[in-house]
Amino acid sequence: MARVVVDVMPKQEILDPQGQAVANALPRLGFGGITEVRQGKRFELEVADDVDDDTLAKIAETLLANPVIEDWTVRRVEA
Amino acid sequence: MSAKIGVITFPGTLDDVDAARAVRRAGAESVALWHADHDLRGVDAVIVPGGFSYGDYLRCGAIAKFAPVMTEVVTAARKGMPVLGVCNGFQILCESGLLPGVLTRNAGLHYVCRDQWLTVANNTSAWTTRYDAGAELLIPVKHGEGNYMADKAVLDELEGEGRVLLRYAGENPNGSQRAIAGITDARGRVAGMMPHPEHAIDPLTGPTDDGLGMFLSVLDALVAA
Repeated sequence: MARVVVDVMPKQEILDPQGQAVANALPRLGFGGITEVRQGKRFELEVADDVDDDTLAKIAETLLANPVIEDWTVRRVEA
Repeated sequence: MSAKIGVITFPGTLDDVDAARAVRRAGAESVALWHADHDLRGVDAVIVPGGFSYGDYLRCGAIAKFAPVMTEVVTAARKGMPVLGVCNGFQILCESGLLPGVLTRNAGLHYVCRDQWLTVANNTSAWTTRYDAGAELLIPVKHGEGNYMADKAVLDELEGEGRVLLRYAGENPNGSQRAIAGITDARGRVAGMMPHPEHAIDPLTGPTDDGLGMFLSVLDALVAA
């Protein structure tokens, strides 16, 4: 078994209202110097050893992310 | 024999009962379709109603696109069957690839629930022939993720081919690009919209009966076919 992390982020050119809401809240809370926040999702999958990278990419592309507005990365991490 | 219009229920669908009522009010027979169905029971058109299919936990419409019934809907739609997706149904049709683009969180992040004025931008689609071009409709909106987005090339294509079905008139409730409230596919048979025509078929229970024209229009299209 391996642990696989899929990070899904809104594309840079896409308006990210959730990230903007966080960014706008930070100065109100007294945290200065943060110029941009973007909010995404992280998925952690426990994956059998015989699942190949192409399959993982397909899972990310077809279900975990919507490639119209989101970028994704897949990486295997040591459990 | 009256036309049969299927109304899909997913776990978490909310508006199937109102959609079925609107179908009957328009004079068609409504046929209940279940998300796990592998056939469309001989219907002539399909409505994908609003709600929160499978809880929308991953992303609106993302899980519903894999439902067995959606495989059938996509196949039938590609052959020309009229399909209308409302709200969550619009999100599902976009996720399924029947319509371009995507619906994201409302620009203001707030869930919006109110009666909304719309302008009919295209009155030649299977779902809008009963309206005059430029007609103003008052129909409820209720959604948190209705902000229509697509890249500029897709937006220009939609505009150039007259595939913007409806636009928000006055205030844009969700920040949609170019105030888009609904679009169609290239043939004008598959339509998706965020506002809820099925909630505006009778002034007794909705703001107007402005939504009824959608259901009457598709009956005309089916009779003509």
